[in-house]
Amino acid sequence: MIYLDNVAGTKPDQRVIDKMMPYFTEHYGNPSAHFYPIGREAFEAMEAARAEVADFIGAKPDNIVFTASGTESNNIALKGFLNHSANKGKHIIISEIEHFSVDTLVTKLISEGYEVTKLKVDNGGLVNPSDLENAIRKDTVLVSIQYVNPEIGTIQYTEKLGGICKSKGVTFHVDAIAAAGYVEIDVEKLNCDMLSIAAQNFYGPKGAAALYIREGVKLMGLMDGGFQEKGYRSGTENVPAIVGMGEACAIAKAEMAEYVPRLEKLQKKLWEGLGGMFDFLNFTGHETRRRPGHVSFWIEYIEGESLLMWLSLKGFACASGSACSSNILAEDEDDLVASSVLTAVGVPTDICAGSLGVSMSRYNTEEDIDKLLEVLPETVQKLCEMSPMYNRDK
Amino acid sequence: MAKGPYSEKVMDHFMNPRNMGEIDDANGVGEVGNPACGDVMKIFLKISDNNIVEDVKFKTFGCGAAIASSSMATELMIGKNIDELLQLTNDAIVDALGGLPPAKIHCSVMAEEAIEEALKDYFKSKGEDPAIVDEMKAKIKKDN
Ligand code: FES
Repeated sequence: MIYLDNVAGTKPDQRVIDKMMPYFTEHYGNPSAHFYPIGREAFEAMEAARAEVADFIGAKPDNIVFTASGTESNNIALKGFLNHSANKGKHIIISEIEHFSVDTLVTKLISEGYEVTKLKVDNGGLVNPSDLENAIRKDTVLVSIQYVNPEIGTIQYTEKLGGICKSKGVTFHVDAIAAAGYVEIDVEKLNCDMLSIAAQNFYGPKGAAALYIREGVKLMGLMDGGFQEKGYRSGTENVPAIVGMGEACAIAKAEMAEYVPRLEKLQKKLWEGLGGMFDFLNFTGHETRRRPGHVSFWIEYIEGESLLMWLSLKGFACASGSACSSNILAEDEDDLVASSVLTAVGVPTDICAGSLGVSMSRYNTEEDIDKLLEVLPETVQKLCEMSPMYNRDK
Repeated sequence: MAKGPYSEKVMDHFMNPRNMGEIDDANGVGEVGNPACGDVMKIFLKISDNNIVEDVKFKTFGCGAAIASSSMATELMIGKNIDELLQLTNDAIVDALGGLPPAKIHCSVMAEEAIEEALKDYFKSKGEDPAIVDEMKAKIKKDN
């Protein structure tokens, strides 16, 4: 299996796993139990990991709160912040291509009296900074815009967006989950007040994520419980996963300079190979401002789930934003919806087309891309032959 | 290997679709679309003078379940008379496929509807009122 769905999670690095294991087998104490060795060992390992995470994003260890997923980080950031500053203003700004954990969350807040502005993106998926500038009002309390979009790979002008928020005194949260490990993150440069990352997206384990909170920014924890994570996130910390996350951060920091250019090369190869393949293939996202190793596109006449299934049969794991493939476990067909990210960047959903997202990791090789370029034409051809829309007008 | 969301039968028909293509001298063609996911299914019928399905072909733009449903439908249709065609429900297609996930049942409904449309087209081509298909269907439903 050639794994090309790394925005959904990467294969953990073996060094990460090796580092985690003793925290299952030997140092299994509760990190809040400070008065015997195995508790204290767990605590110290967790704090070492906190320092590594902080170092990875240019922050201080004190600014890092551990959570269990990117979704949880986003929830604590947004709800925690708004709950604390409920009477400061009722206007929130996001972009129209945010992750569900941001989009659904703020959409629900409308019924609680919040007003939400969802900034449009251009066809490359970029928020125009001047649109943000114009959208900020006196009662705007929070702006949340992701750094990299996982579906179309676009890298926002986050520095500029953050600069605008800073100058206007509005709190700025960055969902950097699809950026971490692929694009450099420095919370100072990005001018952000809060930032979410998740270990599983850059060679770490599932179940460990972090939220950066700038000093001075006040949040209310979402769960009632103990004093873990300063009360921002009650509940015993997942020490092995956190240790793994620390190691993943240290590795990414040390090795990105080596593997990012390699991923850019592979990306270019795939992009160019696909470019000449069919005249009915269209790329999505931005051509240059994109996550290294990320290529996304849509193909007219054929449907995304069928394409995914065929690629899987041929040994490739990719992603699609098609309605048909959206929620196979749903109880109801009404829960099948096409990706709103694709609609936002102008992909016509009223014509028959299928989308595909290819996201590489540092494990991928040139050979993988050669194979994909070899298999795609025959797969697409097969589905075209089956499609009532193909050749219809010819 | 882990099982996917689809049955073996579905995967078999998805990988080796039966009767895929078009019939140039079809005497009944039906096309239906699903506005929810933009899918399109087209059935080509060749019905003989003694009302038997001589040949049937399909083309589908849709998910794995839609492709398997249309492929399975054509297999169930061949050699049947018009009455039997009208009795072919989406449930029968789902059963023959060894089941479909709940969210994918509508893809088999598309197949049933495509057959209906093709039959209507067939009656139209013979100069008859296509509404007869709806009447016959309604009668079958009542009888069951
Ligand atoms: S054709 Fe869209 S879900 Fe089956």
